[in-house]
This record gives sequence, structure tokens and C-alpha cells, in this order.
Amino acid sequence: MIDQSQNVTRLNSMNRRMFMLAAAKIVILGGIVSRLFFLQIKENKKYLTLSDKNRIREWKLPPVRGEFLDYFGNIIAGNYEAYQLHVIPEQVENFKYTINRIKNILDLSDKQFQKIIKKKKEIKPWETLIVADNLSWQNFSKINNQLYDLNGVKPIISISRNYPYKENYTHVLGYVSQANEKDILTNEVLEQKFVQGLKVGKIGLEKSFENELIGDNSIERYEVNAYGRRINQLAFQKGNKGKTIKLTIDTEVQKLANQLLLDKAGSICVMDIFTGQIIAMQSAPSFDPNAFVFGISQDEWQLIRNNPMKPLVNKSLSGNYSPGSTIKPIVALSALENGIINKNFTVNCRGHKHPLELYGQTYHCWKKEGHGFMSLRNAMKQSCDTYFYEVARKLGVDRLSETAKKFGLGEEVFGDLFNIEKKGLVPNTQWKKNALGTGWLLGETIITGIGQGYIQTTPVQLCLMTAQIANGGYKIYPQIVADKELRDQPNDKYSQLYKNSKNIKLIQDAMFASTNEVMGTSYRSRINDPKYQFAGKTGTAQVKKITKKDRELDLKTFQIPYEERDHALYVAFGPYKNPRYALSILVEHGGNGSTTAAPMAKELFKLIIDRQSLRDSINNKKYLEI
Amino acid sequence: MYQHTRLTSNKFDFFQKFKNFDYLLLFCILLLGFISLATMYSTDGGEILFHTKSHFIKLIIFTLMMVVISFINIKFWFSIGYLFYVVVVGLLVWTYLFGIKSSGSQRWMDLYFINLQPSELMKICIILCLAKYFHRMKIENVNSIYTILTSLIIILIPMGLVIVQPDLGTALLIVVSGVVVLWFAGINHKYFIYTILGFLISLPFIISFLKPYQKLRVLTFLNPDRDPLGAGYQIIQSKIAVGSGGIFGKGFLKGTQSYLEFLPEKHTDFIFTLFSEEFGFVGSTFLLIIYAIVIYRIVAIGAISRSFFAKLFCYGFAAAIFVYITINMSMVLGLLPIVGSPLPILSYGGSSMLATMIGFGVVMSAKVHSQQSIA
Repeated sequence: MIDQSQNVTRLNSMNRRMFMLAAAKIVILGGIVSRLFFLQIKENKKYLTLSDKNRIREWKLPPVRGEFLDYFGNIIAGNYEAYQLHVIPEQVENFKYTINRIKNILDLSDKQFQKIIKKKKEIKPWETLIVADNLSWQNFSKINNQLYDLNGVKPIISISRNYPYKENYTHVLGYVSQANEKDILTNEVLEQKFVQGLKVGKIGLEKSFENELIGDNSIERYEVNAYGRRINQLAFQKGNKGKTIKLTIDTEVQKLANQLLLDKAGSICVMDIFTGQIIAMQSAPSFDPNAFVFGISQDEWQLIRNNPMKPLVNKSLSGNYSPGSTIKPIVALSALENGIINKNFTVNCRGHKHPLELYGQTYHCWKKEGHGFMSLRNAMKQSCDTYFYEVARKLGVDRLSETAKKFGLGEEVFGDLFNIEKKGLVPNTQWKKNALGTGWLLGETIITGIGQGYIQTTPVQLCLMTAQIANGGYKIYPQIVADKELRDQPNDKYSQLYKNSKNIKLIQDAMFASTNEVMGTSYRSRINDPKYQFAGKTGTAQVKKITKKDRELDLKTFQIPYEERDHALYVAFGPYKNPRYALSILVEHGGNGSTTAAPMAKELFKLIIDRQSLRDSINNKKYLEI
Repeated sequence: MYQHTRLTSNKFDFFQKFKNFDYLLLFCILLLGFISLATMYSTDGGEILFHTKSHFIKLIIFTLMMVVISFINIKFWFSIGYLFYVVVVGLLVWTYLFGIKSSGSQRWMDLYFINLQPSELMKICIILCLAKYFHRMKIENVNSIYTILTSLIIILIPMGLVIVQPDLGTALLIVVSGVVVLWFAGINHKYFIYTILGFLISLPFIISFLKPYQKLRVLTFLNPDRDPLGAGYQIIQSKIAVGSGGIFGKGFLKGTQSYLEFLPEKHTDFIFTLFSEEFGFVGSTFLLIIYAIVIYRIVAIGAISRSFFAKLFCYGFAAAIFVYITINMSMVLGLLPIVGSPLPILSYGGSSMLATMIGFGVVMSAKVHSQQSIA
């Protein structure tokens, strides 16, 4: 039989230990509950956020770029739907097979194929690889038919840039192209909005207004699983299209400017003399910016880059040229304003046999036979160099440069708008001392008087200078963007640039004579109809010093090698009776201002003035809307 | 007393046994079964797929088996205690020699219709075996060197066999189950204290013997952010799931962490994470209360049992269940390093459920035959 007392002690011991353990169990259970409490109630927010972060992922889509409109609302840089082919390498089971299939379907060249393979190595496996960015409809549908066999390949309709007027606006608008690392690093907005395949402005207004144009990314929010696979779409946040920017340019005038400069190198700028609105601004030769949108081919690029006429340079803004005789209105004005001469000041031009001689240097007038006795009006009309040598000598370079700067030479016309714009150069004695360390020579003043030597201007500066003479001598700020909020509003607009308005009138009259009177340098390009009648000043800028031998040979333009021919310039304003527009024309190595450049002005003025009422109606309509 | 026993045993028929059933315990077990089915359904993404079906079938079979076991006299379970132990040790040896290898360890044996994990069975039969060993032990013999050595050998043989699989988690649970029985059997406190001290001192040596992945687990437990996408991933994702559940949870079938496959091993060891994410603090506490009732009932059955064998088994089993639950929960809540240890009944896994149901069956048998004394 079992020993009762022993059983009792065992039972007691067991029960005691049971209690000890039960107490421990309760404590431990309490611990677990408090841990649950801590995680689920106290730290709930933190873990909820972490869980959402786990499961929600955002995809940015390329933003839709704002458009550019001309003054009449025509789209000059717009968007169109491009057919693209995207691959996310991560989602492709057998990348080699898939990419070879695509190669066969699209008939890619080996070079293109290598480029894609290289690009694939550069990106992360979950990033989008753009295999083709502008497929033809035919290829796009071919791919769509084969999709069952192409896992992870996505045909996409993407919004892309289009320039309907092709080369007409290249130098104003610039172009967009694939964003590169430098673009992103230098622009914080781009850094934020960057997605694979984003196109950004590389030059021109496309670059200047990048942050206004770019728009906001559309955002797709997806729930993803632990492997990053999209499970379902939670939200789609449509991004805003970028700002649409209206320019002051008239496409018809711009097109005419382009036509006039066909096969030439040069620039045409047309400006409203009161508002400073740019009506046209073309630099030639130009190129088709659409070629850059999807990356230009190497051959095409070399062709553009190595063209001796330099299509990549915007000659209107960053071409520094000697103004030649087009500076003469400013020289004359400066002399009048400073009281050096009056309108009756006369100089005898005696031709090449008796040139102006100073310290052993001779200064010839362009006219072999000489002009004879020249007054101010006649000297401007016939562009007598000898007269202006004398005026410049009396005036001195410092007073001349002061007037020239006042009228807009020597500084950027558009301020910071175009980063490629050049300042030109208006020399004075101080400048030479600082820049070259030598003293100013009188001979340098003499040639500055006919726009040669150190002085350099851009075509748009000459246009502004002419406009300010034409509007009676008031300061204007040229503008190319019609939207007021996108440009600075300087407060010295329309400030007076002259001391005596009679002097401005004299210059205007002299320019009138130059175009509309017999013996005037641009007489052959005149329009007699007062509606279109304009006044101008020709210019022929030497690119090379004329030697004695050259002078004796007296070659015709076509007999001189292209690079050594003179630049042809012409500045003008019209209609003369009631001035409204100013323009500057430059044809590189065009030979002679009066034969090459001035005839272009005739055609331009006809068109511009014909379109004036149309332009005004747009303006009036705008007021009515308000 | 003897007479009383005889009188009742005569009338001991089928309906009497039914009447003696512990219906609260049965209800709780069935409720846990139901919860586990619902959770399994959620892990399958709201569809009846493989895991749900398989779990359902096992649940039915093993619950029926538990009922059958409870009808068999406790005497029988007492009598086969050693045999059962020897058979399972045999199975462990068999597994060591011919077992199926999967993900780096050899824990399974192929029984053609089911893959059995003998180490899970060992968690139960070590209790059965030790309860039998100490049943008739005289109080003065309990603390003899011979007894202690024998019982240690009983524990260490399966422990060794499981460690070489390698399956540290299960080995640990086997040892704990055995040691708990020793504790109830009345082995002197000082031995436990010495063992714990000895263990602490030898800890650095043990660590040096750990496999690299085991060391990594310990390090990861100490600082999960050390390698958030590697070894710490499980702990971090599990904590995120539980923490994001909040008071009432994300709702049935709405647990994003599990649905989106951020949770590792969500069917098995991490099932509580999913449950907690979907049902929140309230649901988790409810689950803990059910487990607490189960444990309480097992202890209560032990208390009313006449035989020491039944008492030792019930107390031991209750403690073991408690340890399984705490280790599993502490692990998923980031309180302990990750050791493979399933949550009783809730986790997917046939062997674990088989072992647990055998345990419940024996406990139920003890209840049904509570007045039975064992000679």
C-alpha cells in the first residue's frame, strides 16, 4: 500500500511548486500583454506609417511641358503623342531573349542595339529602360501584336515636344532633349521632377523658362508587395501641365525673315519701337530642333557642327560684329548732343587721292572719287566716311561711347533671359587702359567713328538702338515674352535719352534721306508709298583691313573669298511718317549693306506694316476680355 | 477508497465517460481550431487553398483522435509511457539517418501519406515518460544521484538527436518540457539554481559552438536594425505588422503586411503576427485569454486527478503549452531571438498539431478517468 504520509508531502510539494509556477506564468502573460499594448496602442502610429511605407510606392510620370505660342496664339512649340517602348529589366524573365525579339521586330541596327544594352547596364533593374522613344505607328502596332511573347515590355504613348515651324524658331526657342546629369545637378526643380526619359530645355527660351514650362509630375500610387510588384493602383494624381508662354513674335514675319536669310549666314531682328516687343528674330542658318528631341544622330550632329556658317551660333544675340556705318547715326547724334557740330558742319571729302592723314596713317572714304563738300544730312545719306572721321576726331571716343551706351550698345538687350547673349563692346579710353593696358590712340577714335576697330555690337543691339532713335529718343526694354508676369518691369521705361529732341529729328531725317533720296545708299530699296515708307542706314563692316593692293584691285564682292567678304548691315525704321517698327539686318560676308541687306528691309516692312492692324486687333481684344 | 473505486469502475460505461468530459477545455480547443482555420484562410489571401484545406483535414482528424484517446483509460497511457518514448527516440534516430533534408536541416521522415517531424512528438512523450518515471518514486529517492542522472539521460538523448538535425528551438522546448516535470516531481531547488548558474557561466562557450546562422539570429535579436533587409527583416516586418494592427486591427482579410507577403513564414511560426495585425490588441488579448483558460483547465484537471502520473503529466503539459505560447509570442513581438517554435493549434504543421492533440487527449483521459488510481 502506498504510504499515505509520504503521498501527502509529495502532494504538498507539488502544489507549492504549482503555485510558484502559476504566479510566474501570470507575470509572463502580463509581460506579453503589455508588450502587445506597447506595440499596438502606444507605438501604433509609428508602425502604421511603416506599414504604409512598406506597401505604398509612388511612381512619377513625366510632366507635360507647357507650350509656346506666337503673338497670335499659334502653337510654335507644342506637344504630340509619341509612341515609345519601355522595358523594366526586373520584370523581364529572360532579358536577352526579349531584347533580341524586340531587335528583330523593330529591325534595329547593331549600333542602336549596343546603345540599348549599354543603357541597360547604367540603370537599376527596377528603373525604366526606354528601348525606343519615337516609334512609327507601324512598328508600334507590330510590337503590340507580339506582346503576348514579350513579358515586361510596355508600349507607351508619351507626350513629346514638337516644333511645327521647324527651323524658324530654333534660335529663339532652343530645343529640348534628354536631361543629362549636368542639367539635373544645376536645377533643383529638375532634380525633384526627374523621371527616366524627361526632356528638358537645352538652350534658348526652352532653357530660360524651364521651371515654368516643366509642369508637375503625375503621380501613380500603387500598393506593392514585398517583392515590389504592383498589386493595385490606389490613386492617380494628375499633374498640372506646365505654363504656356506667349511670345511677341509674329510667325509670318519670322518665316519671311527665315526665307530672306535662306542660304546665307546672318540675322534679322524686328522690334516694336514703343513697346520693345520683338516681332521677329531669326539667325541663319538654322536647323530643325525636332531632330534633338529624341537625340540627334552623330552624322546629323557633325553636319550641323562643322557647317562653316555656324548654325549653332545665335547670331542675333551672340554674334559680335563691327557695326560699320550703322553706327553713324549714333556718332552724329553724340556730336550734335555734345555741341561739337551743328547740322551745317561741313567737311570736304576728296576721295582716295587725298585721304585723311594722321601720324602717317591714312584713312580712306569708301568712295574712290570722294563726296566733295558734305553737310551732316548729306554725309549720313551717302555714308561719307571722311565726314565721320572728322566728327569722331572732334567728338572723342569717350563722349561717343557714352551716347552709344545710352542707346543700348555694350550691354545685354534681354538682361538674363538668354544665357548665350553677348554684350558686344563699346570702347573708351578707360576700357582700353584696363583691358589692354595701353593708351588710346587718336586713330582708333577715327575708325570707331565709322564703326570699325574695337567697337562690337550684336544685331539685336543695333535694332534696339534704331528703335530708340525712331521713337524719338526714349528708353525701351525689348521683350520677347508677352506675359507680363514672366518679365521684369523696369521703372526707367520711356526715360528720355536725348538733350534736345531736334537732334533726334535731324538724325531721323538724315536716315530718311539715305533711303528715300537720290544718292542715298539704300535708295534702290525705297518704298514710295508713305504707308510703307521707311528710313534706314546701311553698313558694310570690314572683316579684314583693306590694304593698298586691295584698293587698287577694287574687286567685286563675288571675286573675294567668302571669309574675307564684308558683312552687310542695315538698320531701319518705318513707316517714316508714323514710326512703329525698327529692324536690323546682318548678312555675314554679304558684301555690301546697300545691295544685300537693304533690299530685305523692303520686303520685311511691306509684310510688317500690312500685318499691323491684325496685331493691333489682338491687343484690343485683350483689353476687351478684361 | 479502494472499494469506492471498484464500485464506480463497474458502472464505467460510455455515457459516463461522456459526462466526465471537460467541456470547457473541449470548447476552447475547438474555438482555437476555428480561429486557426480563419487565420489560415486569411494567409491564403481570402481563398480556400492548400493550407486551409490541409489544416482543416488535420484539425478534424486530430480532434477525433483526441476524443478517442480520452476514452482510453489513463492506465493504458501510463503503461505505454516508456514504450512511446523508445519508439519516438527510434524515429529520431531514423530521421537522423534517413530523414528528408529541407532548407538545411534534416527534421522530417517520409511516412508516404504524411511527413512526420518526430521531434514534435518528443515534446509530448518526454513528459509522458518522465511522469511515469516519477510516478512511483519514493520521496527520499527523488533527489538521489541515480534518479537525477537517469532523468537527465532521458532528456539529453532526444535533445542531442534534435540538436544534430539541427533544430535548436525544438530541442530547447523538449528540454524545458522535461525539466518542468523534474521540477514538479520534487527535485531540489538547488539543482535548478546550479544548472542555471552553470548555464550562464558556460554561455560564452555555447555561443562559440553555435552555427553562424544561429549567432546571426542572436545578434539580430539584440539589434534588428543591424541588417534590416537581411537577418533582421523577419523581426522588423513582424513588429510592423503587429504594431500597425492597433486596438481593433485592420480587419479580417485586410492585413496588408501578410497579404502583400512582407511576413515570412506566416503560416507557421509567424501566424500570430497575421492574427494580431488583423484583429488588433483586442483580438490578441482574447486569444491569450483562451490560451490561459486552456492552461487553467489542464492544471485544474491535474489537481483533481488521483494519480501522480496524471498530475505530473497535466502540470507538465500545461507548463509546456505555456512555454510554447510565450516563446512563440515573444519571438514575433521581438522579445526573444527567432527560434523555430510553432504556436499550439494555430500554426500550420501536422506533427505539432498531432503532438498537441495527443497531449490534450491524455489530459482529457485523465479527466474522464480522474478517479482512477494507478497501481
